[in-house]
Amino acid sequence: MVFEKVVELLSDYSDVAADSITEDSTFEDLGLDSLDTVELIMGIEDEFGVTIEMSNEFKTVGSVVKYIEDNME
Amino acid sequence: MSFSIIGTGKSVPEHIVTNDMLSEFLDTSDEWIVERTGIKVRHVMTSETLLDLAAKASEDALKDAGITAKDVDMIICSTLQGDYVSPALSCLVAESIGCDTGFVFDMNMGCSGFIFALETADSFLECGRARRILIVCAEALSRHIDWNDRSTCVLFGDGAGAVVVEKSDSKVDFITKVNGSYEELYIPGEEGNNPYKSKCCDVRYLKMNGREIFKFAVSSIVSDAKELLDKNGMTTDDISFYILHQANLRIINSARQRLKQDEEKFPHNVETHGNTSSASIPMLLDDLNKSGKLKNGMTLMLSAFGAGLSRGACIIKWSK
Repeated sequence: MVFEKVVELLSDYSDVAADSITEDSTFEDLGLDSLDTVELIMGIEDEFGVTIEMSNEFKTVGSVVKYIEDNME
Repeated sequence: MSFSIIGTGKSVPEHIVTNDMLSEFLDTSDEWIVERTGIKVRHVMTSETLLDLAAKASEDALKDAGITAKDVDMIICSTLQGDYVSPALSCLVAESIGCDTGFVFDMNMGCSGFIFALETADSFLECGRARRILIVCAEALSRHIDWNDRSTCVLFGDGAGAVVVEKSDSKVDFITKVNGSYEELYIPGEEGNNPYKSKCCDVRYLKMNGREIFKFAVSSIVSDAKELLDKNGMTTDDISFYILHQANLRIINSARQRLKQDEEKFPHNVETHGNTSSASIPMLLDDLNKSGKLKNGMTLMLSAFGAGLSRGACIIKWSK
């Protein structure tokens, strides 16, 4: 569920087709630069009600999904 | 609380530095800089002093207001640092433009400086201590950035912007906030050569965590705008122009999308000036004023963010 929502949020920043995004996809592969990832994180915070410190360096979609699942109330 | 901006002015150094010029000595490119910041060129001081820029912008604003320096009874300079640590830039500006008042001072609130200066001016107008106030924001970022650091030096430019404000019945409202956090954005002060003090660090240049500041900027603009609009019984659609601190086009666009507003309501000139700290909003106001885009009765939202971490927003009616 979290994964699907993250993929949906990603569509604002990446031209890669949603069905070819996996947990192992890196944000670099998906064409996101560092400011895109900040915007994505802000969108995730709004969507899931979590707070994500910018010091967290997420490389893959799966790492963000795991963070959200671990920190959701 | 009520005032009108009756004149605007601007001055930039002659020397223009393009992204290609930067890529001659930095590992960067025009494409990289434009994509991440929107900035194409910036003005950088060579032979000018900050006083030259501040005085020129001030005279420009006085002329636009149709008054002389003698008609101003207070001057507020917003600057990270003038040409001298002391005397204050405002003393030199007063003398240079021929203003008789001694009621002048400098203030430093980083990139948020213009909003804080405007609120300060508003208070002095409100209590009757001044009738007409010159605010001049003059910034020489080229003195504070590390020209070897490609992550920061491409972002900034030099310039000055000024406004004259006068008591009127045009209602204004402000939000100003600081949180005292500095690690994300700071410029260390000079330590001098005090023989009793051990040296702590050699780096004297601006340091910034771009990702942290991006997030702070976008969330501050959006939440301050909503808070100020709510407080005044208004909605985002009631604003004619959102005039934001010109730091980065990506910040402006991200805030705009979150406020669900059209592109034309978020004017910008960051592409030709870079981030000129507190000077950016009065410089943009001057561009809009002189190009006839500001019409009487328009409601404007001004919003800035910067070191401190500071942030400020203001709703004003344009009634020049």
